[in-house]
Amino acid sequence: MNDLTPLPAAKGCRETPVLKERGQREVFCGLTGIIWLHRKMQDAFFLVVGSRTCAHLLQSAAGVMIFAEPRFATAILEEGDLAGLNDAHDELDREVGRLLARRPDIRQLFLVGSCPSEVIKLDLSRAAERLTEVYAPKVRVLNYSGSGIETTFTQGEDACLASMVPVLPATDRRELLVVGALPDVCEDQMMELLNGFGIDTIRCLPARSIEADVTVGPNTVFALMQPFLGDTKDALERRGARHLAAPFPFGEEGTTAWLRVIADEFNVSDEVFEAVTRAPRDRARRAIAQAAENLNGKSVFFFPDSQLEIPLARFLTRECGMTAIEVGSPFIHQGIVGPDLDLLAEGPIISEGQDVDLQLDRARAARPDLTVCGLGLANPLEAEGLATKWAIELVFTPVHFYEQAGDLAGLFSRPLRRKGLVSGLSPRLEAAE
Amino acid sequence: MKLTVWTYEGPPHVGAMRVATAMKGLHYVLHAPQGDTYADLLFTMIERRNHRPPVTYTTFQARDLGSDTAQLFQDACQGAYDRFKPEAMIVGASCTAELIQDDPGGLSELMGLPIPVIALELPSYQRKENFGADETFFQIVRNLAKPVERTERISCNILGPTALGFRHRDDIQELSALLYDIGVDVNVVAPLDATPTDITRMGAAHFNVLLYPETGEAAARWLEREFKQPYTKIVPIGVNATRDFCAEVAGLTGLPCRADESRLRLPWYSQSVDSTYLTGKRVFIFGDATHVIAATRIAREEMGFEVAGIGCYNREFARQVRNLAKEIGVEALITDDYLEVEQTIEALQPEMILGTQMERHIGKRLGIPCAVISSPVHVQDFPARYSPQVGFEGANVIFDTWVHPLVMGLEEHLLHMFRDDFEFNDEAGPSHHGGHAPAASAQGGPAPQPAATPRDISEPEKVESGEIIWLDCAQKELKKIPFFVRGKAKRNTENFATSKSVREISVETLYEAKAHYAR
Repeated sequence: MNDLTPLPAAKGCRETPVLKERGQREVFCGLTGIIWLHRKMQDAFFLVVGSRTCAHLLQSAAGVMIFAEPRFATAILEEGDLAGLNDAHDELDREVGRLLARRPDIRQLFLVGSCPSEVIKLDLSRAAERLTEVYAPKVRVLNYSGSGIETTFTQGEDACLASMVPVLPATDRRELLVVGALPDVCEDQMMELLNGFGIDTIRCLPARSIEADVTVGPNTVFALMQPFLGDTKDALERRGARHLAAPFPFGEEGTTAWLRVIADEFNVSDEVFEAVTRAPRDRARRAIAQAAENLNGKSVFFFPDSQLEIPLARFLTRECGMTAIEVGSPFIHQGIVGPDLDLLAEGPIISEGQDVDLQLDRARAARPDLTVCGLGLANPLEAEGLATKWAIELVFTPVHFYEQAGDLAGLFSRPLRRKGLVSGLSPRLEAAE
Repeated sequence: MKLTVWTYEGPPHVGAMRVATAMKGLHYVLHAPQGDTYADLLFTMIERRNHRPPVTYTTFQARDLGSDTAQLFQDACQGAYDRFKPEAMIVGASCTAELIQDDPGGLSELMGLPIPVIALELPSYQRKENFGADETFFQIVRNLAKPVERTERISCNILGPTALGFRHRDDIQELSALLYDIGVDVNVVAPLDATPTDITRMGAAHFNVLLYPETGEAAARWLEREFKQPYTKIVPIGVNATRDFCAEVAGLTGLPCRADESRLRLPWYSQSVDSTYLTGKRVFIFGDATHVIAATRIAREEMGFEVAGIGCYNREFARQVRNLAKEIGVEALITDDYLEVEQTIEALQPEMILGTQMERHIGKRLGIPCAVISSPVHVQDFPARYSPQVGFEGANVIFDTWVHPLVMGLEEHLLHMFRDDFEFNDEAGPSHHGGHAPAASAQGGPAPQPAATPRDISEPEKVESGEIIWLDCAQKELKKIPFFVRGKAKRNTENFATSKSVREISVETLYEAKAHYAR
């Protein structure tokens, strides 16, 4: 498939038995994806039908209130809504009516299911159909579930994109569809690279606006930009599109491998490939090398968070010289991360799901140089002397493709550099108890 | 169904977490789906706690709903007991678990654990965070406190401080010192830093100081009824309130209760001529009722402000706030809808807001200075320095905090004299705040994609710095970089270009420079 990325001398991790755990999880639910999705799709509004907890989560996970009225809100279920379901539908219609009257710029409305709305079986797909009839063609109303009983963190984006696939217009054209909500700067760089190959029928899902002409059909081939898009992949395959499996475009190697798969599909010559990628590859290597000085020879332990863990472990071990002790992921989709697992040298524990106390025991025993974990665990582990990297930043920061490869390595090296800089403080380091 | 964008209070189980996290030796088993664990980060990130909150989430999933979530709950309880060996446990349900009606209380009782297990009933679809904290603390006290002999010396308990409270950490230190100073021992402070064993000896105190009625009143009432411990009604925030509080304690104890005021500076600072400009400043006050009531008195009696309106978000205390509003002749705003608060502020056009982090944002939008007086809290509300609100040092802190956002003394006059000065005008804000910097952003966590500032749009297509020219495409690329690092990127790129004798900056140059400076 790809002569540029030799398989590791040792065996890869694809056949490694996966440690499956079932216990307390320290992860966000799928609603969290709204925080970046609402910025990506500038004509979309996300209406969570849920509880005060859902509203509080969105407010807290965002970390900062984006005070210009954000394009998301929570319709909080109250005692009365739980008593009779008919009322809940009427109430929802009323709130949507008010919302769309106040926000005439909204063209797509997502009704987002939550734990409570799923448990009381509030049928949001019926609501979405009904509301689409009322507001079409001006507003398209879709629904998906971001509930914690069904989705983990980034699976919310997967559920959202998967809900859009059935309503994409059909096409027979041979097109490349690139899937996953990326920061604009990464998306633009990707377009430039692919245009450089001479591929010009490229669509992105999600598009920045509903006006963008995103279509799908039997001649569509698609590449994923994020490893957590399993349901979206299945939905696209049901529409006849074909998946191009590839390592994910993190780091120089990942980006090159990802581009290579697409280049091969579109019969791009080696000369063209080389001409387009040589300069940015060189830059990426140099940038990574600088940031990796602090990472070389260090060990890393991933708590499950965003499903980016396997591709990132591949990047850190192969391009930054780190050793992976454990790579935990909330969910491992072999059909998607297989190519990354092939490249990740055998050795680390590969774990799926979580029992947080057991995993903390393993991390404490292993004393990794760097622990990648969620915000709830980071300070407690720092207080135990372990350097940590907040996993959520990996989702909120431009990290894909060549020009961000150095930044990506920098995200991991900064905590280690910082630990070195302020190490003189540690014996008397005080924190709230 | 109620449409909500931002909320002042979380759900009631977060209130229970504030109590559990405040205490030591207590564990909370919460029947909840994954995702509800987000609440941990409130404590580990906003408050920078160095321990995980002592909470076990049962983490049920959709596939469990058809089978046995009750067993899952019991397994989690047993696991938590075995691992953490707490002195006592509290058990309850979050909003979703409330719907599946597994009865955590009954289930945990059946297990016969050898420690007290306290069941919480917190109606998630009716009540909110403060209620959750108040009720949880009350249940803990009701279940654990036992009649004990009074201490020999006069002593009190301090009720109400929790984790994630507004300056609770420093308030109890200040209050304990004040009480010691006037001859009263502190028997137990709870919930903050108390163990279940400490709770059992609360009855030894002669009276209770109800420091935060929002989170301690139910317990105070119960202790008054059961143990005949009277509780204080005055919250000692502000100079006059602190003096009245001392008098109240004197009344309860028969002690003289004369406090040392030698380090109290607010009265003189407020009387000094520099403070003349504070006279009659119109302020709008909003927050939790306790802090609003205290701030209203300070504003009127100690700062010489004019109070234009007051309000609170916790309906439980609406009556007190309404009464106070009536007394001072203003409208009371009782709401948890921040849009309504914003409208009120817009209509009143105060010169300053004393509010929460929400009002700080409203103030930013409307260009009105704001000082924060109450929760909901933000990472900024946990300063490294000692900064209580309570007592005489609290009064000093409040003076500084409230004056800081204002344009000071003569500067205000100059602004009026030369309104159109290009760099020294209303828009620029107080000069001691560095008014030309972009608005402070992203406190407490990484922001997703901040919006571009309007400032950037007005930049010309080609910018010349010395001899270096930015090509359009590079200029466009530069704008994609978040505004708070854009300046640095621009500077680095130009330095890089200069060092390479490149005169025109292209996208290529931009990224060459980026790679060059990568760390």
